Amino acid sequence: MTLVLAAKDGASEDRSSAAQSPLQVRGMTVSYGQKPAVFSVDMCVAAGSMTAIIGPNGAGKSTLLKAALGILKPLAGTTEVFGKPISRMRDRIAYVPQRASVDWDFPTRVVDVVLMGMYPQLGLLGRVRQCHRDRAADCLRRVGMEDFEARQIGQLSGGQQQRVFLARALAQDADLYLLDEPFAGVDAATEKAIISVLKELRDEGKTVVAVHHDLTTVTEYFDHVFLINTRKVAEGPVRDVFTTDNLQAAYGGRLATAQTDQLHATLG
Amino acid sequence: MFLEALSLQLGYNATLVTVGATLLGMAAGVGGTFLFLRKRALVSDAISHATLPGVGIAFMVMVAFGGDGRNLIGLLLGAALSAGLGLLVVHWLSTRTRLAEDAAIGAVLSVFFGFGIVLLTVVQSMTAGRQAGLEGFLLGSTAGMLRADAVTIALSAALTLALVLLLRRPLTLASFDPEFAAATGQNVPRTDLAMMGLVLAVTVVGMKIVGLILIVALLIIPPVTARFWTERTDHVVIISGLVGGVAAYVGACLSAVVPDMPTGPIIVLVGFTLFLVSLLLAPGRGVLAAYLGHRRFQRRVHMRQGLLALAQGQPIYEKLTLRLLRRAGWTRRDGVPTQAGRGRASRALLDETRWQLIRRDPSFEAAAAHYDGLTPIERVLTQDQIAEIDSRIPAPQGVAP
Repeated sequence: MTLVLAAKDGASEDRSSAAQSPLQVRGMTVSYGQKPAVFSVDMCVAAGSMTAIIGPNGAGKSTLLKAALGILKPLAGTTEVFGKPISRMRDRIAYVPQRASVDWDFPTRVVDVVLMGMYPQLGLLGRVRQCHRDRAADCLRRVGMEDFEARQIGQLSGGQQQRVFLARALAQDADLYLLDEPFAGVDAATEKAIISVLKELRDEGKTVVAVHHDLTTVTEYFDHVFLINTRKVAEGPVRDVFTTDNLQAAYGGRLATAQTDQLHATLG
Repeated sequence: MFLEALSLQLGYNATLVTVGATLLGMAAGVGGTFLFLRKRALVSDAISHATLPGVGIAFMVMVAFGGDGRNLIGLLLGAALSAGLGLLVVHWLSTRTRLAEDAAIGAVLSVFFGFGIVLLTVVQSMTAGRQAGLEGFLLGSTAGMLRADAVTIALSAALTLALVLLLRRPLTLASFDPEFAAATGQNVPRTDLAMMGLVLAVTVVGMKIVGLILIVALLIIPPVTARFWTERTDHVVIISGLVGGVAAYVGACLSAVVPDMPTGPIIVLVGFTLFLVSLLLAPGRGVLAAYLGHRRFQRRVHMRQGLLALAQGQPIYEKLTLRLLRRAGWTRRDGVPTQAGRGRASRALLDETRWQLIRRDPSFEAAAAHYDGLTPIERVLTQDQIAEIDSRIPAPQGVAP
């Protein structure tokens, strides 16, 4: 890990914080057909933060994440990870896709999925040794899934599947964790397990970025937010940015009165 | 006769065909596995049909240059080129236009095949070259197989196996979770292309033996069969290779023994037999296992419900439940529980009470996941844990300390 040097003046501080940002996106535009889903978005994730990407349905939250990772090909835009082009920093990124994006009847067991997180490190022909198996078991233990190692993945509940995906990300042993809707359609026990693992990661100095859809838990789970509705609406620490004004700007009329009232209550 | 064929003692040509077919079957089974897992099985149909124009053109070119026109390497090269072109067209249509992949496959398959048939007709009417036997590529013909042909097939099969071994991890990732694969920096389109290249190689090499119309069966039947027997990707690959090899071996021997039997179709039918046996008899995923499992489960549910009803003194209306209880000796003919039945019923109730307690407690989550209303709790918890649970059971049903 490199140390952030104390900056002498504002300008260089600005530059160094950008250089150290675990995830810096510039001018990202993605479009499906002629309609941009994400338009000219800049994003600079604070190191060691837990950042929620929030916005209404169809606002481009997942699209932004996928384009930043190069899973989708953007029309324009660049991604830097820890100050270098993402293509050279893949081994420092872990990714948890949406659960619905894979076929759960695939012939693979829980432990095999976790081992997939070590494929880049194993290379094409590296043998899976006992140490790799031990590490996979460790990752499963961290998400409370150690008793399910030999199950075919389709036999798990939705929440358990999500935890296996998180275990695979842990096996990637990265510094930046990107998660696409990790809490979508999971049970309460899983939500608790996932958030406690994510907080552990942050306490170890890692950076966590998650697409999130539940406004009521933002202040409890995250310390930074990134508000998006095709364009960036706001970005920064929760207490500065997660305001009803910004939410209104991001959600427009789509935020029901009941929701705004509830948020008013949460935000005080 | 058949035993002689199986032990490769049926003459030179029959032996060549058998060995060549077996290797081809293994290569096709292994190569087809990832096509099946990536849910792109039908692409192989487009590839195989797109080989035909290449065969016709290669023949014409070789004749034009004064050659034999039936040189196998030349014909296969032509087939590979036109199949590659067909593959690119399918890829382009499905990614760059609004056509879905199935429509693109249908279009490419029929147009290339039609064009190929026209070319073959033209070739038939040519005076130069010895065109007899060219139509053997449609359904396969093994009559004139040469040593060189067998060696070509063997080398290609070995290459296919080596490539799958080398690329098994990228192929697995791209099939299971292409988004994750891309996030790790893997070039998924290139992985797909490599997979298609593998399939193309197998197709072109296999044309001689099974013919281009049926080669798709050798690519798809083995992995589908293998899937019935295992829940692991690597095992699917291995079993699929074995199924393909065995089907081709047995099929080639059968066709050598019975006069005038076409090799390719027989191989496909043997493969289908293996598939059928797996479909019906495989443990776990097979039809019979599913049926028996369902019946067994139903009986256990009825038995359990019956015992719980007895324990709580509720009436039982289901005929099956009553019959099962009576046959097990838990109730008398008039439905009154026997001594043994009463003991059994109160044990069932205790078990159920324990289960409900651990299902409410998050610290027992893993154990509670085994709850199906049937499994005795002793099978998932230790005696100590059960004693701890029992201490939480409210007084009236509680076990005396």
